[in-house]
Amino acid sequence: MSDKKRIKVTINGKEYEHDVVPRLLLVDYLRDYAGLLGTHYGCDTTSCGACTVIIDGRSAKSCTRFTVQVDGRELLTVEGLARDGELHALQQAFREEHALQCGFCTSGMLMSAYDLLSKNRQPSEAEIKRGIAGNLCRCTGYLSIVAAVRNAAQKMQSKDSPS
Amino acid sequence: MYPRSFEYTVAKSVDEACALLAQHGDNARVLAGGQSLIPLMKLRLASPNYIIDIGNIAGLDGITEHGGELRIGALATHSAVLDHQTVRQRWPLIADAVGVIADPQVRNWGTVGGALAEADPAGDWGAVAMALNARVRCLSPRGERFIDAESLFVDAYTTKLAGDELIVEVIFPAPRQARAGAYLKLERRAGDFAVISVGVQLALSERDVCEDARIALAAAGLTPILARRANEFLTGMQLNATAIDEAAQLVAASSEPLADIRGSEPYKRSAAAELFRDALDLARKRSHGEEALAGHVR
Repeated sequence: MSDKKRIKVTINGKEYEHDVVPRLLLVDYLRDYAGLLGTHYGCDTTSCGACTVIIDGRSAKSCTRFTVQVDGRELLTVEGLARDGELHALQQAFREEHALQCGFCTSGMLMSAYDLLSKNRQPSEAEIKRGIAGNLCRCTGYLSIVAAVRNAAQKMQSKDSPS
Repeated sequence: MYPRSFEYTVAKSVDEACALLAQHGDNARVLAGGQSLIPLMKLRLASPNYIIDIGNIAGLDGITEHGGELRIGALATHSAVLDHQTVRQRWPLIADAVGVIADPQVRNWGTVGGALAEADPAGDWGAVAMALNARVRCLSPRGERFIDAESLFVDAYTTKLAGDELIVEVIFPAPRQARAGAYLKLERRAGDFAVISVGVQLALSERDVCEDARIALAAAGLTPILARRANEFLTGMQLNATAIDEAAQLVAASSEPLADIRGSEPYKRSAAAELFRDALDLARKRSHGEEALAGHVR
């Protein structure tokens, strides 16, 4: 057996410290160690994007990352989007545009959209589609999700704040 | 899915990584972005006892152009290449290719050196490097050496790299004609492995006489393939319909596709020919200064 490693990580502004085996996947760390169940375990094969989180400002599929790799890094999960009880512009837009039905893909969609809007504040429709190309949704047909990302971009533009 | 247990070490330098590789031999694998290796480990197609994480080694992720030559550090991510202004403006073949590698999350962490060393038959970087006549700079305990992309690949998932050798940089020589390139991938859905991919880099005279052509294919065999006969045929030819037909046949003939869930062998050969025509057309338009966009889904 392999030795456990001590890791320290900041998630949504809070510090966590645990001993983990090297093969522990980040998605399991988030759910089982940090107790953050918003990050969903979908396909487990780097395909569906339900487990998407932000690591040091870049979106990543947490089923395709060992927890030891994020030692010392800063993470943002869907739980970190809302502030002071107020939904993030993306969450509000998803709600307004009915951009979810079963909701399983939603946290990953939100994090991919967050990644997109943090780099491109006014994406075209094609850019939005490319931005969420790593996330699968089986319910909506994507149209309402694309509309929600566009809506969120407008909200964030008028608020003039990326967070 | 979980990989077998392994020991994990963070290498702080290339020297340290090479020494660890020398020490552990075939039991060790190098982890950079992990976007190919981790899925392989989860499927237990790879089960190394030792993982050497080189992802935090500083100074290996640079992207620089000097005197027309482009150098990309092994740890540069696909996203970093895609977002690089010089690459977008002057190296359209590369920009096209990185834009269709997997999806944003994978591009954000997958690395150029990792993709080349992984030598996945469907990987795009091998064909990109071949079409642009690139070479890789490698380091091992025995020092530095350079390997031409054309001779880097031995078999599926197998390169000429020694067990204790790392790719540290990819060097793309200044093309004879900047911007005269294109790369197209046929995929069944966004982010899927390629059915077939074709890269074309040209040097054209004003009257469309082809002074040089380099065509390379990915997902068309066990390794990336340089379409040598098509390249030789096109050199010196006027790019008219007859010449393009002949070249497309040569491209199809140079492919060695395997029948799988993504298509039969004849289908993939004809797809290679058609994709080549489209890529050639794009490269030609760009050589004349036209802004021509490669479609994401074709």
